[in-house]
Amino acid sequence: MTARAKEPFRFRNRLTLAEVTGRKAFNINELLDGIKQADDEVIYYHTHRFIKQFHHLVPEGANDFAYWVTNTVQADRLGEELTAIDIVRYNSLADIRAAFTATIERHLAANPGPARTVAPGREFHFMRAVRFSLPTSCAASDYASFLDCLRAVNSSSLYLHVFEARLRPPYGVDDFSHWFKQEFGDEEVGREISRLDPYSYTLEGLRKRIIRIIEKRLGEAANA
Amino acid sequence: MPKIDEYAPAAGAAAIEELKVIASRLQGKSILNVNSTAVGGGVAEILNRMLPMMTELGIRPRWELIKGGEDFYAVTKKFHNAIHGTRQELTPADFQLYRDTLKMNMDTLDLDADLALIHDPQPAGLIDRKPAGAKWVWRCHIDMSNRQDDVWNFLKGYVARYDAAVISAPAFSQELPVRQFQVPPSIDPLADKNKDLSDEEVAAVMRRLEIPLDKPLITQVSRFDRLKDPLGVIAAFKLIQPYVTARLLLVGGSADDDPEGAEVLAEARAAAEGNPDILVLCLPPTSNVEINAIQRASAIILQKSLKEGFGLTVSEALWKGKPVIAGAVGGIPLQITHKYSGILTRTVEGTAYWMKRLLHEPAYAKRLGENGREHVRENFLLTRHLRDYLLIALYLESGRQDFIHL
Repeated sequence: MTARAKEPFRFRNRLTLAEVTGRKAFNINELLDGIKQADDEVIYYHTHRFIKQFHHLVPEGANDFAYWVTNTVQADRLGEELTAIDIVRYNSLADIRAAFTATIERHLAANPGPARTVAPGREFHFMRAVRFSLPTSCAASDYASFLDCLRAVNSSSLYLHVFEARLRPPYGVDDFSHWFKQEFGDEEVGREISRLDPYSYTLEGLRKRIIRIIEKRLGEAANA
Repeated sequence: MPKIDEYAPAAGAAAIEELKVIASRLQGKSILNVNSTAVGGGVAEILNRMLPMMTELGIRPRWELIKGGEDFYAVTKKFHNAIHGTRQELTPADFQLYRDTLKMNMDTLDLDADLALIHDPQPAGLIDRKPAGAKWVWRCHIDMSNRQDDVWNFLKGYVARYDAAVISAPAFSQELPVRQFQVPPSIDPLADKNKDLSDEEVAAVMRRLEIPLDKPLITQVSRFDRLKDPLGVIAAFKLIQPYVTARLLLVGGSADDDPEGAEVLAEARAAAEGNPDILVLCLPPTSNVEINAIQRASAIILQKSLKEGFGLTVSEALWKGKPVIAGAVGGIPLQITHKYSGILTRTVEGTAYWMKRLLHEPAYAKRLGENGREHVRENFLLTRHLRDYLLIALYLESGRQDFIHL
């Protein structure tokens, strides 16, 4: 564990600007139409950004769609199904969109009656994210400096490297796991991190959990 | 003015680092702000704080004020009210006066800058003199969701020619051929009304104002305005009085120059008459530290508005880590996620229910307050507001890409 990486891990940060598309939904049918026609940046905004913005809340909401269906439309069953869509298990925003579309279509097929329309002012607003990737001053070359960085970076950096990373090559793999495997041949860290999900922890809780995982690996090395 | 690093304890060191990284890509760029007043009002308050921070970050901010006679301001006041949803009668002469005044300003204002933020309807028409190569953003602080068609159609002729528009909440958006971004307003954590106060400072203010603290205090800070529903607050408190030990405090301005305010204040005093646990207090408009201390001394803070613009007083209350019960109107639902970072209500009875519940469940109330403060830290501080403006500048500078890698 004292080995040094050839390629240091450079922590980056994710910021988003919120663009208002002007598209609105007053009922579940309109929500479905909007999701079907949404581009990737709209889907990103309502799924990934949502977790980041509310990362300190316990329990966290899952995504904007589920939150609106549950709390405003009050379609409890559909809200629960949308909440259960585990966005970090998908490798592309298109797949996430398809999952939401399929769930709502199933609901509408099973509930063909007139849709409940919400009052003006309580409609769903489709938004888009303009994403920025920023460097931070944190870079790690070994386990110890990686721990230092983990303690220093902000939560949106954690989110970027652990969850959003799975949407880009190598698909389905977070940046931390990839780095430990590439640089140190350590697959244990990856196994532990891949079991984390943003619904079970706040991002601060997540930080503590990852720190514990790395500390445990350091401890194992010391006792080996 | 505080230095940018002084914001680190409130906003987080990483947020300050982000600002410096973004600003490093905008070094030497000039950012012009144009509005209609240098003092008073939320826009001037924000610019007075934000522009020194831009300078410290290596950006060259400038601030120009549009000028006009009383008749011009009477017309733009009508514009403002019409956009805000209060019906106004405007004549062709009013629109012509606007055009003429804007033309006069174009000839006198220095509009040269890399980026311009043009605030609200008053200076919108300056777009006619936009320098070649500059990027112009129309920044609207007003809730346009109930805007009057004729006024909006007139303004839209200008706004449609900007490079982008910025609004405070999605519900305020309009059909426009330019991209619209949401940038909510913000509070300054180092301003007198939000800065940290010691327990001793809070206690001293409460003694001076003769507000007893022997019972948990439930407070609403707002001017005496029917849309803030002070009578509804008193009615809700009276509903819970048989079951709780608490005191209600309504704090607002003196309303001397506002006939309707004076009327509402008199009604509130009448409703509180003979009830020793309902206090109605008038403070001068400069009482920022006093309001800060009162909020910090409170167990629960109310903002039972019936209609709001953005309702930034909610963020001010949440920043003190207090559980807030607020009307689900205007921009308030953006600041409070119901049952996570505060409570949203729509009725007197609902407000009463949640006051009682939060008094009886202090651990839950504390959690709401903590979540609310973190939500404000992340989303409604001045540093985030500045960051969003700088990101818009970067977005426009970088050829309007959806993904920007710095």
